[in-house]
Amino acid sequence: MKFTEEHEWLRAEGDEVVVGITTHAAEQLGDVVFVELPEEGTVVSKDDEVVVIESVKAASDILAPLDGEITEVNSTLADDPGKVNEDPQGEAWFFKMKLSDPSQMDDFMDEAAYQKFIG
Amino acid sequence: MTELEQTPLVALHKALGAKMVPFAGYEMPVQYPMGVMNEHLHTRAHAGLFDVSHMGQVLLSGGSWEAVALAFEALVPMDVLGLGDGRQRYGFFTNDAGGIEDDLMFARRGDNLFVVVNAACKAADVARMRAALPGGIAIQELTDRALIALQGPQAETALARLDARAAGMRFMDVADLDLGGCAAIVSRSGYTGEDGFEISVPADRAEQLAQTLLDMDEVAPIGLGARDSLRLEAGLCLYGHDLDPQTNPIEASLTWAMQKARRAGGARQGGFPGAAAIYDAMLHGPDRRRVGLQPQGRAPMREGVALFDSETASDPVGRITSGGFGPSLGAPVAMGYVTAPHASSGTALWAEVRGKRLPVTTCDLPFIPANFKR
Repeated sequence: MKFTEEHEWLRAEGDEVVVGITTHAAEQLGDVVFVELPEEGTVVSKDDEVVVIESVKAASDILAPLDGEITEVNSTLADDPGKVNEDPQGEAWFFKMKLSDPSQMDDFMDEAAYQKFIG
Repeated sequence: MTELEQTPLVALHKALGAKMVPFAGYEMPVQYPMGVMNEHLHTRAHAGLFDVSHMGQVLLSGGSWEAVALAFEALVPMDVLGLGDGRQRYGFFTNDAGGIEDDLMFARRGDNLFVVVNAACKAADVARMRAALPGGIAIQELTDRALIALQGPQAETALARLDARAAGMRFMDVADLDLGGCAAIVSRSGYTGEDGFEISVPADRAEQLAQTLLDMDEVAPIGLGARDSLRLEAGLCLYGHDLDPQTNPIEASLTWAMQKARRAGGARQGGFPGAAAIYDAMLHGPDRRRVGLQPQGRAPMREGVALFDSETASDPVGRITSGGFGPSLGAPVAMGYVTAPHASSGTALWAEVRGKRLPVTTCDLPFIPANFKR
């Protein structure tokens, strides 16, 4: 699993990556009450706002970690947004995407580097 | 940036693991480790303890009750004179245009008037009283007192353990209680829609009292986050958001707070700032009105969101002034102002959220029925 400075995790699955937010990010957000996911098939550029998450406190955006195409979204989150707090690095993944350049994954942090980053 | 002020409970908040944020010039707990959602639900099911010591506590005295009450009536459109001893009312300061300068609670304590005002407005409120009240009325800001709210269906059980007289109080009663050796001014009121108490105590006794209450099984500490969602579900206004100097009480759907004696034709009509404008709005009906707003989907609609009467209309008919998620409803809730033709309950509107028009329906307030001990 790889981690971004925007507190997302990426896990390679075949030629796709699965994207979610880290446990640390979920704790910071507080109780998640709404998740808006992108359309499958959307072509996105790095840093596009692709997911909206609302907690009891505020709204936040999840950015596309890299260029690519959204291939699948986790639509169960729309009905059960609380899952983001319960299992952020497991069941509560947001979307899968096919990367334009899979080698860019290598630039992200590994778990040890991320733990150090959030200090 | 100016340094934040602290309440007498700041050390306790930090020891409890609160996340502290700046609010109205004070360092305040926004949530504890329990989290906003569970703090909210705990308060509705059991009892929550809130530090509201940032609010202003002011004592007006001088001569007779009649002198004090009539002096205060020059600043508020409320029947102060008719207030029974040991009773409290909701009120607001108005300006010459009829707008609301702050909302407040006032209580009669013998010949004195005890006033609680919002933290962000308290300096202006004290200045307003000093400028307007006659020389014979003493205005004392009680800066050496803390204010603790205990709210929820088990608040009575908890407080009555310290002084059994708490159980005999009714909604909006005010009494002197002895809370484990701590002399307190207690009102049966709050800002959550639940039964509960607001407890004024000397600053140096506040932490001990809070700790005594928190040691009880029913009671958990509650931060500003849940305070906001609780009051929103209860349909209660937050000054600076739902009320402001450009909004008159008729628009704000607060006509109920102005007793008959102070309305047009009443025994003591007029004599407060903006009376003509307020009576005019009452007679002709306001151009816009504060309403409840029930989003039809799951997306929260927050302060500032514009409201439209169709999916394509270009001119808004209103705006959300408070909005978020209502944990007890398990759904988003909001309130805001809409033009008079759209204010009747059940009107279908559209809210523009992140560039999309989403359906929302006007509704009566509160979202959660009040649970007061009348």
